[in-house]
Amino acid sequence: MTQFAIKTSLPRYLRVEQEKIEKIAREYGLDFFPTIFEMLSYDQMNEIAAYGGFPNRYPHWRYGMEYERLSKSYEYGLSKIYEMVINNNPSYAYLLEGNSFTDQKLVMCHVFGHVDFFKNNFAFRPTDLDASADVVDATRHLSGGYEPNRKWMDKMANHATAVRRVVDRFGIARVEEFIDVCLSLENLIDAYSRFVVRERTERPQDEPSEIEVPRLRAKDYMEDFINPEEYLEEQKKKIEADREKLKKYPPEPVQDVLAFLLENAPLEKWERLILSIIREEAYYFVPQMQTKVMNEGWASFWHSRLMTERVADPSDIIDYAENNAGVMATSGGRLNPYKLGVELFRHIEERWNKGQFGREWDECDDLDQKRSWDLRLGLGGKKIFEVRALYTDVTFIDEFLTPEFCIENKLFSFDWSNRNERYEIASREFRSVKEKLLHQLTNFGNPYIYVVDANFENRGELLLQHDHRGVDLRGDYAKETLQSLVRVWKRPVVLATVLDNKPALLRFDGKEHTVKNDAAP
Amino acid sequence: MCQNASFSMSLKIDQDHSRFRNIVRGKIRQNLRRYISQGEMIGRKGKDLVSIPIPQIDIPRFTFGDKQQGGVGQGDGEPGDPLSESEEEGEGGQGKAGKDAGDHALEVDVTLDELAEILGEELELPAIENKGKSRIVSAKDRYTGIRTVGPESLRHFRRTYREALKRAISSGIYNPANPLVVPQREDKRYRSWNEETEPVANAVIIYMMDVSGSMGDEQKEIVRIESFWIDTWLQKQYKGIESRYIIHDAVAREVDKETFFRTRESGGTMISSAYKLCAGLIEQHYPPTEWNIYPFHFSDGDNWSMDDTLTCIEILKNDILPKVNVFSYGQVESPYGSGQFIKDLREHYAGDDRVIVSEIRDRDAIVGSIKDFLGKGK
Repeated sequence: MTQFAIKTSLPRYLRVEQEKIEKIAREYGLDFFPTIFEMLSYDQMNEIAAYGGFPNRYPHWRYGMEYERLSKSYEYGLSKIYEMVINNNPSYAYLLEGNSFTDQKLVMCHVFGHVDFFKNNFAFRPTDLDASADVVDATRHLSGGYEPNRKWMDKMANHATAVRRVVDRFGIARVEEFIDVCLSLENLIDAYSRFVVRERTERPQDEPSEIEVPRLRAKDYMEDFINPEEYLEEQKKKIEADREKLKKYPPEPVQDVLAFLLENAPLEKWERLILSIIREEAYYFVPQMQTKVMNEGWASFWHSRLMTERVADPSDIIDYAENNAGVMATSGGRLNPYKLGVELFRHIEERWNKGQFGREWDECDDLDQKRSWDLRLGLGGKKIFEVRALYTDVTFIDEFLTPEFCIENKLFSFDWSNRNERYEIASREFRSVKEKLLHQLTNFGNPYIYVVDANFENRGELLLQHDHRGVDLRGDYAKETLQSLVRVWKRPVVLATVLDNKPALLRFDGKEHTVKNDAAP
Repeated sequence: MCQNASFSMSLKIDQDHSRFRNIVRGKIRQNLRRYISQGEMIGRKGKDLVSIPIPQIDIPRFTFGDKQQGGVGQGDGEPGDPLSESEEEGEGGQGKAGKDAGDHALEVDVTLDELAEILGEELELPAIENKGKSRIVSAKDRYTGIRTVGPESLRHFRRTYREALKRAISSGIYNPANPLVVPQREDKRYRSWNEETEPVANAVIIYMMDVSGSMGDEQKEIVRIESFWIDTWLQKQYKGIESRYIIHDAVAREVDKETFFRTRESGGTMISSAYKLCAGLIEQHYPPTEWNIYPFHFSDGDNWSMDDTLTCIEILKNDILPKVNVFSYGQVESPYGSGQFIKDLREHYAGDDRVIVSEIRDRDAIVGSIKDFLGKGK
């Protein structure tokens, strides 16, 4: 750490503090990558934040838009970025120049929580790179000390250089237009693809021969009994169906639409380069979207514990309390992921300390008994470290959100009321709250969309299927996204979805949008 | 390392930022004529900024329609209670769990300066030649810092209280059961100020409007929209411009801006009354050696008598035209007006570039009329 810290522009008193906090954090069991803190002025901070934490990204106007938004909300005093840390090995974290010493300590503690999470949560494994900076097979087994290559800072910078080179050749307008197209497809990826080794089905090369159903061996006189006519027919149909499936391309629905397009769309070389860069970066950010509640919860859990138990001086406490309260605040009934996450971790710690889990606990329905339940197991500390390694937001909420927790934290679900034209509290029931929360988090809040046919209706059109789970797609955006798809696929694109409880086909042919209601492919 | 890197970094985001601003400007330019004729921006005007709703500047994706989806919140309330406003917006750094904030139309803040620039580009308006002589500068205090000494009126309550709380706790006199915190002298924190200089106005717009019975609400709305854009453009040319407002029917009086656009009178029309008042204002307050003066007069073209019209011509010739940059007359078509006055002006001042007249048939004609008035660069 020190060998890195020397290179930064961090003032001496903060370097000393960093070493102190690192030592304390390790004593508490946190296990993090080397972490480099840098001090930034607020406009540098806004700039880097606009670039998603990286000092060097490919050129695109949306970073400028984000920069404007951040600078505005800072100028108006609406918000200020306290901390930013990126998943990289070594990790980089930024401190805002002019923050009080108390704030800087708080931020450092918070950052070590994040870096521990980056290093240990399984969802981040797919961001490991090998020596050639390709993404490593996340399912591989690890042994010994874990010091992966996560030089994403360099990778992003290389992407930036590659894109700039393309810009030099084709001009910013043309390249940026194509980046817009790619970005509008950015979320069509398969968050779990890195953990599944999928068989590649080869397309059948030969003309299929006559179907011959394999028969069970039988003596002549037994033939009709062992291989009855109906059975043979049935088998024949099955084989036919399998062959039919093979003829279809892709043989199985593909959720990684970007990968499918990269392999199959008629793209120019530079376009393919840009699409692959955007896909790669999209996958880099997936784990952070999958673990927003947990990651912020974990970091907040640790800044609060480290600060209040070891790091803060008595003179820091009031400023610390004020800032911590600001970060944890829920206003206007809004759910704050920091707050939800930290409370859930504390809840888990308490339950495992007191032995409030397992069959006996689940089967007990005496509320008084439950309230005073304490087996003094002291397993909480171990449990939360295990949880931070093995869960993502969906499984975290699914497993550890309890009815008691919902009541204590006053959680509710809300819905849009058509009658009153406003959002209204729908329910405080545990099941409804949990369902809504899980829905928001599933597939990091994105719809499930698959490529199902690359030769739809035998016209080379691309058919996508939206796996509708109760919520329609936003119509105007869907249309524009179809335009982006056509730009890449160069042929008409059809999306099978559901509108107002009826199946519908949205189609864009390059000129015109059509909607076929009550129709399925 | 950080210092060196930051230099080139700034350049990078500046490029991305300026491309974003260009997209915004392009969108505004595209829609400018519609914005103008619908008077959309006027209600959105702050002190130096106008916020403009820009349709879809973000990147479209396959995403859920928001209303069906609902969500989870935290706090008090019974089922059926509405959520507070801030939640519906779903904006801010934190937003709802697992879901990106805000997909409502983007509101972009544009400075009036920038807006004027866009207007200038779209209508190809030339920059104005400054006729005034002096540029007076005044000093202004802005409260930006904190000090430990200062007058009580500038005491920063929150900071003072926090210092007092710290002292109370560290000296052990703080009692959580009776949380009484008394600030002492050394706890006190005060706002402090810096002096900033601002130029004062050296241009004035004098708006005159006929509010007689024949000028209806729609006619006034047209005047309101047009004057907003005139203000915006002239503001760009002269920082801190002054505006004066005169309404008239048979008699004229000076009013504030609100009254100017709201008042509706009935009865006759004596345009000369307004011109007299205008000439008086100039005479008293705006010596032409120091001021750029822009009188604008809007009416439906009905005047009481030919005699009065002749009086107007006289006042213009002797007392107004020699002193002003340009005199502008906009005639709003109304079902009641005869529209005679513009013809009279044209007859008397044909070829005189100190007088600009423009006919405004309806809202769609506002753009053309703005160009008439401001297109001469006077």
